[in-house]
Amino acid sequence: MKVSYFPGCTLKNKAKDLDVYARKCAEILGVTLEEIENWQCCGGVFTSKDEVATKLSSLRALRYAQDRSQPLVSVCSACHNVLKQTNYLMQNDQAFANKANLYMTSNESCDPYDGTTAVYHYLELLRDVVGFDKIAEKVTNPLTGRKIAPYYGCLLLRPNSVMQMDDPENPTIFEDFIRALGAEPVVYSMRNECCGGYVTMEDPDFSKSKSNAVVNNAVSFGAECVVTACPLCKYNLDKNTHTIPVVYFTELLAEALGIKEDCDNA
Amino acid sequence: MQRIGVFVCWCGSNIAGTVDVQAVSDALRNEPGVVFSTNYQYMCSQAGQDIIIQAVKEHNLTGIVVCSCSPRMHEATFRKTAAAAGLNPYMVEIANIREQCSWVHKDMASGTEKAIILGKAAVAKVNLNAPLTPGETPVTKRALVIGGGIAGIQTALDIADAGFPVDIVEKNPTIGGKMAQLDKTFPTLDCAACILTPKMVDVAQNDNIRIFSYSEVEDIKGFVGNFDVKIRKKARFVKEDICTGCGLCTEKCPVRKVPNEFNLGMDNRRAIYIPFAQAVPKVATIDPDACNMLKSGKCGVCSKVCTAGAIDYKQQDEILDEKYGAIVVATGFNPISMDKFDEYAYNQSKDVITSLEFERLTNAAGPTQGKLLRPSDLKHPHTIVFVQCVGSRCASCAEKGKEYCSKICCMYTAKHAMLIRDKYPDTEVYVFYIDVRTPGKNFDEFYRRAVEEYGVKYIKGMVGKVVPEGDKLKVQASDLIAGKQLHIDADLVVLAAAIEPDKSARPLATMLTASMDTNDFFTEAHPKLRPVESPTAGVFLSGACQGPKDIPETVSQASAAAAKVIGLLVKDKLTGNPCVASANEMMCNGCSTCERVCPYGAITYIDKEFRMPDRTVATRRVAQVNPAVCQGCGACTVACMSGAMDLRGFMSSQIIAEVDAICK
Repeated sequence: MKVSYFPGCTLKNKAKDLDVYARKCAEILGVTLEEIENWQCCGGVFTSKDEVATKLSSLRALRYAQDRSQPLVSVCSACHNVLKQTNYLMQNDQAFANKANLYMTSNESCDPYDGTTAVYHYLELLRDVVGFDKIAEKVTNPLTGRKIAPYYGCLLLRPNSVMQMDDPENPTIFEDFIRALGAEPVVYSMRNECCGGYVTMEDPDFSKSKSNAVVNNAVSFGAECVVTACPLCKYNLDKNTHTIPVVYFTELLAEALGIKEDCDNA
Repeated sequence: MQRIGVFVCWCGSNIAGTVDVQAVSDALRNEPGVVFSTNYQYMCSQAGQDIIIQAVKEHNLTGIVVCSCSPRMHEATFRKTAAAAGLNPYMVEIANIREQCSWVHKDMASGTEKAIILGKAAVAKVNLNAPLTPGETPVTKRALVIGGGIAGIQTALDIADAGFPVDIVEKNPTIGGKMAQLDKTFPTLDCAACILTPKMVDVAQNDNIRIFSYSEVEDIKGFVGNFDVKIRKKARFVKEDICTGCGLCTEKCPVRKVPNEFNLGMDNRRAIYIPFAQAVPKVATIDPDACNMLKSGKCGVCSKVCTAGAIDYKQQDEILDEKYGAIVVATGFNPISMDKFDEYAYNQSKDVITSLEFERLTNAAGPTQGKLLRPSDLKHPHTIVFVQCVGSRCASCAEKGKEYCSKICCMYTAKHAMLIRDKYPDTEVYVFYIDVRTPGKNFDEFYRRAVEEYGVKYIKGMVGKVVPEGDKLKVQASDLIAGKQLHIDADLVVLAAAIEPDKSARPLATMLTASMDTNDFFTEAHPKLRPVESPTAGVFLSGACQGPKDIPETVSQASAAAAKVIGLLVKDKLTGNPCVASANEMMCNGCSTCERVCPYGAITYIDKEFRMPDRTVATRRVAQVNPAVCQGCGACTVACMSGAMDLRGFMSSQIIAEVDAICK
């Protein structure tokens, strides 16, 4: 199966791990990530009630996938959030959709975007397209006995009406993923709380307290390691906490599939 | 040809202020069939009614049009007037020239014009009116109460005291409902069991009351005065009439770890159990999902220890067919599930509990014998946080909670907080609230006492997150008045979960063809004036099945419902509404559309033999309306494609005549 892949800026720089492991693992699982040509930054945050301009990057990506009749997949929580929310806007706000399409069709000589592209986060791709049971079959290096705390952060699940990924207060997708890899998920209360996000630029102490609250809570529930899908979460947790390692979920997947070393050497 | 009299009412200046009543009576005098027309200041007064009676006699009137207020107001009055004058009451039509005319128009010219048109329409209809006679049906003098909580108990006792037999159907092994699980009751703090259990005993000893416990209503047919009900008595594997309730079996049963629903799963019961000491009927019940003997045929301890020989592993469900004249719904409520509110960590920590669980924790018959110990480590909690409105008033999160206020939580939380501070003054108690709503006799005084005398810390604001860490619950909350975030390390968090109707209510409503609102609360016939009757005749509402209610309110409503039932059962016969649907069998093509749209189940189909012109006999399927069940809504007349269905008193021809008169 082939999907349109939107990596996002961070995955080309600070979060290379997230990207490299995702691609290799997808291949093993029978999915080819076709990187969108000339993709642009998603904008980093979804600014609601804003002009068309800030949504154009997402719109182009959505249209690119539509042209190829492929689902649109991203790994970064922030990119996924922006793509998904823009798609939702195109499906549910006719006035916005008309305005955006008018701009694109007249300036970029292309077909209008009709809102039909399915937007998946990589985790959703694993759950809904590949299937966690299939992943469990492909695991060659089960992470047996490892106690891993999934960290959802805020962007992956919210707003729930748009993201429709999992219950935002009691999610299970990450836990099910960890179980598929043979490890033991640690269910802790702060798993869907904010790491401090971009506030870290303005008030580093604030994000420090937020990040520590998350990790300390995970540790108190017996976690040996925290996994995340968000480069910003990883940045804040890495910078502010030093008790247990914080890794991307794709790295964990690569390890379980037995290809981590290949990726690291590549 | 009718001889119609028109009577235009001034309603003081209510109508005459905007409508030229003289012009209206003059204009209507010239309508077809009208032989007399007049106007008067107050047509509904005795003097006004005398004018009508006099005119009927003098002018030999066969039909009457009163141009006055809404028929909801005085149609019944003028029908009685017509009857007093010797006319059929259904020969009266009301033209509403007040609510639908004078009150909504400002100038005399347009008001008068509209009043004349409305009058013409009524005249056109009366020209086609025919005398109608209501039918009569007998009444089965026995009532069914569905649900044996305090609502059902009170209703049954009141009906029985009036001398009528009543049956209570309760799905649990004992009556008592939620009130039996409560510790103290607000605002007087008397113990729930002390005031409830004597009533339960009264029920058991009353010769007019039969209790079908561990039973469910399976099917309801029929109509007001004549309901046929199927009741499933579930097998409890214990002979009810032989069991003495000694409890020996419940002590000897080797299956010890069955979560005890009476204590909300906070401790265990055996596979054979009596829910609580004062249960009525005090009879053991075997849980078939837990019993070794029933699952694998290996055990039989209870049978061996039972000296009375009451155990019967072969017992089967039993179906009872009973007849009733009236049905009271008293199915009650449940707290909503806390699964979708994981921000409060209900599923993560044993020390986050609901208020109903708290009731069991402070109850002397509860899992901790009434000592306030937290479930995780049985230590005394020193800081307790109460969270109000968990799932109530939750308009923005409709997929999680309920839009409405659950009404009882403010008071029971004040009670809980007060009781803790009274027994354990070293405990800090916080209550987070959106609003404190305590209307009711001695209610607000009660809440004030919690704040002022007992030092409970009420904080306006909501709890955003509860995080279990170590042996503490870290509570993150906002204080809206101080405008700051609060962090409290609590030992116990109590959630005031919203309440919702019992799950059995929805299928029951379908069986009863009784209407419900979007929250599955039963709808009353009128929110102010008929609050204990369902719109379906013969079905009455008692307690929280109709909306959130505390005990005093539930008991009031229960007695009110009983009064309504008694009012029905004292009648030997019921007079029906003659304005019901009827099918013209010659036009009916047997399509069943009317049967499907009828919200009351009044239409059935029969195969009927018809003599054909060539003297052969043909069997055709035709609709039949049960006039005792039909409420005259008219849905079938609209749905009928062959035009066979018509509503007496509102025939299609009459409606069209009215429309023609308006459009002329």
